[in-house]
Amino acid sequence: MSRILATAMSEFRIAFRNRWVTIATGMMVLFALVLAAAGSAPTGDVGVDRLSVTVASLTSLAVYLVPLLALLMSFDAVAGEVERGTLPLLLTYPVSRLQILLGKLLAHLAILGLAVTLGYGAAALAAIWSDPGAIAGLGSLWRLIWSSVLLGATFLGAGYALSALARRPSGAAGLAIALWLVAVVLYDLALLALIVTDGGGAFTTHALPVALLANPADAFRVFNLSAAEAVSVAGGIGGAAGTIPLGQSAASLLLWPLAAIAFAVAAFRKVMP
Amino acid sequence: MTPTLTISRLTKRFQSVEALKQVSLTLAPGKRAALLGHNGAGKSTMMKIVLGLIPFDGGEVSVCGAHPGSASARVQVAYLPENVAFHPALTGEEQLRHYLALRGENPSQATELLSRVGLTHAARRRIGTYSKGMRQRVGLAQTLIGRPRLLVLDEPTSGLDPVSRRDFYDLLDGLSAEGTAILLSSHVLTEVEARTDRILILSGGELVAEGTLADLRTRAALPVAFSVRPAPGHAASLAAVFPEGVQGDDGLLRLSCSQAEKLPLLARIAALESAVADLDVIPPSLEDIYSHFSRRDGQ
Ligand SMILES: Nc1ncnc2c1ncn2[C@@H]1O[C@H](COP(=O)(O)OP(=O)(O)OP(=O)(O)O)[C@@H](O)[C@H]1O
Ligand SMILES: [Mg+2]
Repeated sequence: MSRILATAMSEFRIAFRNRWVTIATGMMVLFALVLAAAGSAPTGDVGVDRLSVTVASLTSLAVYLVPLLALLMSFDAVAGEVERGTLPLLLTYPVSRLQILLGKLLAHLAILGLAVTLGYGAAALAAIWSDPGAIAGLGSLWRLIWSSVLLGATFLGAGYALSALARRPSGAAGLAIALWLVAVVLYDLALLALIVTDGGGAFTTHALPVALLANPADAFRVFNLSAAEAVSVAGGIGGAAGTIPLGQSAASLLLWPLAAIAFAVAAFRKVMP
Repeated sequence: MTPTLTISRLTKRFQSVEALKQVSLTLAPGKRAALLGHNGAGKSTMMKIVLGLIPFDGGEVSVCGAHPGSASARVQVAYLPENVAFHPALTGEEQLRHYLALRGENPSQATELLSRVGLTHAARRRIGTYSKGMRQRVGLAQTLIGRPRLLVLDEPTSGLDPVSRRDFYDLLDGLSAEGTAILLSSHVLTEVEARTDRILILSGGELVAEGTLADLRTRAALPVAFSVRPAPGHAASLAAVFPEGVQGDDGLLRLSCSQAEKLPLLARIAALESAVADLDVIPPSLEDIYSHFSRRDGQ
């Protein structure tokens, strides 16, 4: 445990010096405030408090931003050590590869947690400031924060795995961007296209829920929207959220980080210094 | 006493390159062995295998009684890679605190470790701003963490100035006196001669010679050179006495003979008394002995 903490401390320090903490936090706060400002026009006529509406739009933001930040922070984790030549020495220390990755994960999760808390917090403050009744939505805000951290963990793990597979930072960066495009953008576009052609048939009722649960980003969206019962405001793919039990999307959110980390450790074990 | 490191019939190949061929050696506690050999001889490869960083194809390796790279071996072995590198954003002190924590030691020892390698003044500066020799010292400092039973140092003195080299070998003397076995590689023969117990010469992946320098000197049986300065007017008569000698432009007569003929030849020269102005006996140099073994299989 102390080895994981020591690694996390070092990684946090490095990320801080490389401005990652500032960049991540700045990005989250900026986007959240823009969203809050844009969403402040229509008042609470959807029957829920202001903050819950904000959370619903923050969810759509987080689906894109959190995986992006996580991949940006993680793609260098193994490939960077290989390129700098720091890996051989590190691997002769009495620390396992799992511990090294967990240390990095802890540091990166702390940064991500800080960024989303400050970002969402800023948007929430804006909502509460304009409508004190919005306090009622604090529960969904808290849910959004921890589920964002879980979503981040999945993409951090995936980033470490790509980093270990690529072994060179440039290659890892390319793979990370490709993963982001596929998992966060193209996957949903493909689903949308299928829904449209299917026209409410077997695909929409049977395959779609599975397809949504199988993608961590969609599971995150479904979980937050259905938990907040804000499905109606979301529309699109989010509209399908209502048909998926909360427990299932929560399970997907919890299992994905474990799978991603396991994959990352397996890939890292194959790296020979 | 059980050896700290035992290697028997170790074989390693990279695709077409046979990097190590049937290498066997043992290293007892407190002994310092120097690994010599041409570029690409297999020194770094052997060290990486001892550390468990790369797998090997044949033979056996036992490090402190354990499998190389196993958890119990890693606790007892410290390593200095060739071209050691650190994250440029960390300071020397932070980096060492991290390494101390990874070995389960108190991170506050970092200051003392840095002072042992003469880096106190730069402890709080980022490693990115260090010179090559300063980075090498950080690398050395991290090998001193805990009480390693085996030190594996790949060209530890590369980048160090002459005074630092001496300090470094003093440090090694202290460690070996406490029972740490040391395996180091080097291309600097003079420092290896004075400061290690045993020399191992690798050539093309084979261990071609092993022993103390005196052993190797005897085994190589290289000729001893004599350089004789004739007294004025005696050059021609000297050359007549030693027709096998070579007369140089500088007026010196050069002779060479085997170790066994050394004293008789010396006696013959001494018998010439006033015909000889001066005499130097030049034993085979370290480089001569090294090249004798290293080139043996036609490099
Ligand atoms: N990862 C690798 N893949 C392929 N060949 C390798 C690899 N590592 C080493 N070799 C080869 O193995 C041989 C031994 O290399 P090694 O690095 O052990 O030499 P060395 O004795 O340390 O040389 P130097 O004095 O230059 O450091 C060389 O022919 C080298 O090209
Ligand atoms: Mg080498």
